[in-house]
Amino acid sequence: MIPAHRSLPGRTKLALRGLRMTFPTEETEIRVLDDIDLDVGEGELVCILGPSGCGKSTLLNIVAGFLQPTAGSVRIDDEPVRGPDPRRIFVFQERGVFPWLTVEGNIGFGLGRMPRSERANRVAHYVRLVGLEGFEKAYPHELSGGMKQRVEVARALAVDPDMLYLDEPFGALDSITRLEMRRELLRIWQQEKKTILFVTHDIEESVQLADRVVVMTARPARIRRIVEIDLPHPRDLSSRRYLELRDGIFEEIGLAHKI
Amino acid sequence: MTPRRRLEAILLPAATAAALVVLWDAAVRWSGTSIFPSPDAVARGIAELARKGLLLAYVRDSLLRVAAGYGAALAIGAPLGIFLGWRPAAARAANPVIQFLRPISPLAWIPVAIVLFGVKDMAAVFLIFLASLFPILVSAMNGVRGVPAMYRQAGANFGLSRASLLARVVFPAALPEILTGLRIALGVAWIVVVAAEMIAVNSGLGYLVIDSRNAGKRYDLVVAAMILIGVIGLVLNLLVQQVSRLRAVRWGFREEMS
Amino acid sequence: MNDLELKAGRIPLSRFSRLLPLAGIASLLLLWDLAIRFGNAPLLPGPLAVARAIGELAQKGFLFKHVVASLFRVTWGYLLAVVAGVPFGILLAWYRRGGLALAPLVEIVRPISALAWIPLAILWFGVGDVSAVFIIFVASFLPTTVAAMSAVSSVSSTHWNAGRNFGLSAGQIALYVLLPAILPRLLVGLRLALGIAWLVVVAAEMIAVNSGLGFLIIDARNAGNRYDLVVAGMVLIGTIGLALDAAVRRIERLPALRWGYAAAAAEEAA
Repeated sequence: MIPAHRSLPGRTKLALRGLRMTFPTEETEIRVLDDIDLDVGEGELVCILGPSGCGKSTLLNIVAGFLQPTAGSVRIDDEPVRGPDPRRIFVFQERGVFPWLTVEGNIGFGLGRMPRSERANRVAHYVRLVGLEGFEKAYPHELSGGMKQRVEVARALAVDPDMLYLDEPFGALDSITRLEMRRELLRIWQQEKKTILFVTHDIEESVQLADRVVVMTARPARIRRIVEIDLPHPRDLSSRRYLELRDGIFEEIGLAHKI
Repeated sequence: MTPRRRLEAILLPAATAAALVVLWDAAVRWSGTSIFPSPDAVARGIAELARKGLLLAYVRDSLLRVAAGYGAALAIGAPLGIFLGWRPAAARAANPVIQFLRPISPLAWIPVAIVLFGVKDMAAVFLIFLASLFPILVSAMNGVRGVPAMYRQAGANFGLSRASLLARVVFPAALPEILTGLRIALGVAWIVVVAAEMIAVNSGLGYLVIDSRNAGKRYDLVVAAMILIGVIGLVLNLLVQQVSRLRAVRWGFREEMS
Repeated sequence: MNDLELKAGRIPLSRFSRLLPLAGIASLLLLWDLAIRFGNAPLLPGPLAVARAIGELAQKGFLFKHVVASLFRVTWGYLLAVVAGVPFGILLAWYRRGGLALAPLVEIVRPISALAWIPLAILWFGVGDVSAVFIIFVASFLPTTVAAMSAVSSVSSTHWNAGRNFGLSAGQIALYVLLPAILPRLLVGLRLALGIAWLVVVAAEMIAVNSGLGFLIIDARNAGNRYDLVVAGMVLIGTIGLALDAAVRRIERLPALRWGYAAAAAEEAA
C-alpha cells in the first residue's frame, strides 16, 4: 500500500499566480479565468474539477503553453513558461493520436533524435507498459477508443517528460473502459513518478485519482476549494472515507444525492 | 466484401453493359440508319485503328500531353497550395484571384494559348496545366487549413521545429484531401486533353473524334474514340483510387463507399 | 488561432486582413499589366484595353445579347440535367443492385468530355441552340447524378430507422425524411455541377452556334484578332461564373438548409 500524500511534499513543481484569461469577441469580451493561484508539488496527481465549459481546459492549455494568459504567471521549476515544451506533454482525448502513423510510429514520434536501436527499445518498453503488445503495426483506425487512448499516453511517456497534462482523456470512452484506464493511469503514475495535472468534470474520477482536487466554479472560473484526498492507494471505492470525500464535493458544488 | 457481393459487383455491370450493347444494336437495325454505327462497326473501327498503328500512337499522344500538363500542375500547385494553407494571410489575399480564375473554362484560354504557344502541343499542355492546377491547388490549401489544431499543438509540444511540423504532422494529415484533389484533377486533365485536342493539335483521341467526322463522316471511328476515352478515363481513375487504399492514408477515406 | 479561441467567439479581423483580398486582386492586375508591357506577346491586351473592350461591347448592346444567350443555354441544359439526374441518382443509391449494375458504366461515361459528343449532337440536332443545350445537358447530367447518389448514401441510417419507426411508407420516407435530409449536401453537388455546366456552355458555343460568350471569344479572334475582346470575354465568363456560384451559396446558407452546411462543406473541394 502506498501511503497518501500529505500537503505539499518535496518541492513546488508548478506555480500559478494571479492567472486571468479573457477572450475578445465582436462586441465585448468573455472572462474565462479569474485570479487563479495554485501550487502543485513534484510527483503529485492533481485533478482540476468543474462543469463543462467552465474554463478548466483553457487553464490547462495556458499551463501547457499553448495559450498566453491575459494576466498572471505560470512558472515551472521556477522558470516562466513560454510555450509548449517536450518536458511537459499534453495528452488530448484519443483523437490526438496521429492517424497516419502506426502504434509504433506514434509512440516513437517524439524520439526522432535517438539512435534507431535505442528508439526501438524505448518504444517496445512503452508498448508493453500500456499493454498493447501485438498491436505495434496497427493503425489507429483499426483500434478501439481505449486502445487509442493508451497509445497517446504511451506517446507522451516515451519522451520521459517531467509533467503530464491530461484534458478529460477518458471522456470518449465507455464507463467500464474508463475504470480500467484509471487503474492503468495510477499504475503508470506510481511506476514513473511524474507530476500529473488532470482535468475532468467527473467527480468520482477526481476522487479516485487525485491527491488533491481543485474544485472550480462556473465561468468566470475561480478556485472554489481545494480538497485533499487522504486515501491510500489502491483506493477502496466503498470505504467510508471515499464516500465522505465524494459527497463533500457533491455538496460543495450544490448537487443532490438522489435522482 | 463477401464472395457473393464481389461476384455481383462484377457480373451486374457486365450484364448491364451487354444488355446495353444489344439494345444499341437493335436500335441501329430497327431505325435503319446508315450513319450511326452499330456495335460491330465500332469494334471493326477499333481494329482498323490498331492495324494502322494509329490506336497506340493516338492514345500515347493524349496520355503524354496529360502527363506533361498534370505533372506541371502538380509540381506548382501542390507546394503553392500547401503554402497558402499554411499562411492564412496569403490565402486571404489569393482566394479571390483563385475564385475568379476558376470558372473560366480552360477552353476559353485557347486563343491566349494559341497566341503564346502556337497551334502545337504546348498549347494543349498549357490548357491541361490550367485545368488541373485549380483542383490540386484548392485541395492542398483546404487540406492544410483543415488539419485539426490539436495535431499541430501536439507537434509543437514535442518540440518540433516549424519545418518538421510541416513535414511530419501537417503534410501527412492533409494528404487524404490532397489525394482527392489529385484524383479530381486527373479526371479533369483527361477531359480537357480530349477537348483541347479537338481544337489545337493534330493527333490524339480528341483529334480523332473531330477528324473522323470532318474527314469522312466516319462515325464508327467517332464512337470508337469516345469509348476508348471513357475506358482510359476509368482506368486512370481506378489507378488513383488504389493509391488512396494505402494504409497510411486510408484513415482519411473511411467514408468512401467504394 | 486554436479551437479554444474559436469557441470563445470570433476574433474580429484586423483592418489589415480585411484589405488582403483587395490586395490580391490588385497585385494580379498589376502583374498582368507589367507582363503585357514587358513581355513579347504584342497581341495580348492589358487590363485597361480589356476594360475598354467591355465598355465597347456594352455600348453596342452586344454585352447584353451574348450574356443572355449563354445564360439561356446554360439554364435549359442544366435544369434538364437536374430534373433527369437527381431522381436517377436517388434511385441508383437507393437500390443497391441498381447502383452496382450502373455505377461502373457511369464511371466510363464520365470521362468522356461533353465535347466529344459534338459530332453526335450535330448529327442528331444539326448546328444550333439545341445542339448546344444538348451538350450542356450531357455535361451536367452525370455530375448531378453523382451529387444525388453521394447525398443519399450519406443519410444516416438512424434517420431511415426513425422514419420506419414512425410507420411511414417508402414514399413518405422519401418525401419527408430523404429529401430534406439530402438537400444541403445535394445543393453543394448541384453547385459544382452548375460550375461544370458553365464551363461547358462556353466550350459548346465555340463550335456550334452564333451568339454567346464562347462564340464571342472565337469569333473575335477569327474575325480580326481582337484579342482585347477575347480577354474581355474571358473576364466576363469568370465574373458570371463567380456570380452563379455565389448565388447558389446564398441558397445553401438559408436557415432551413444551414444545418447540413458544416457536414457538406467538409466534403467539397471548395
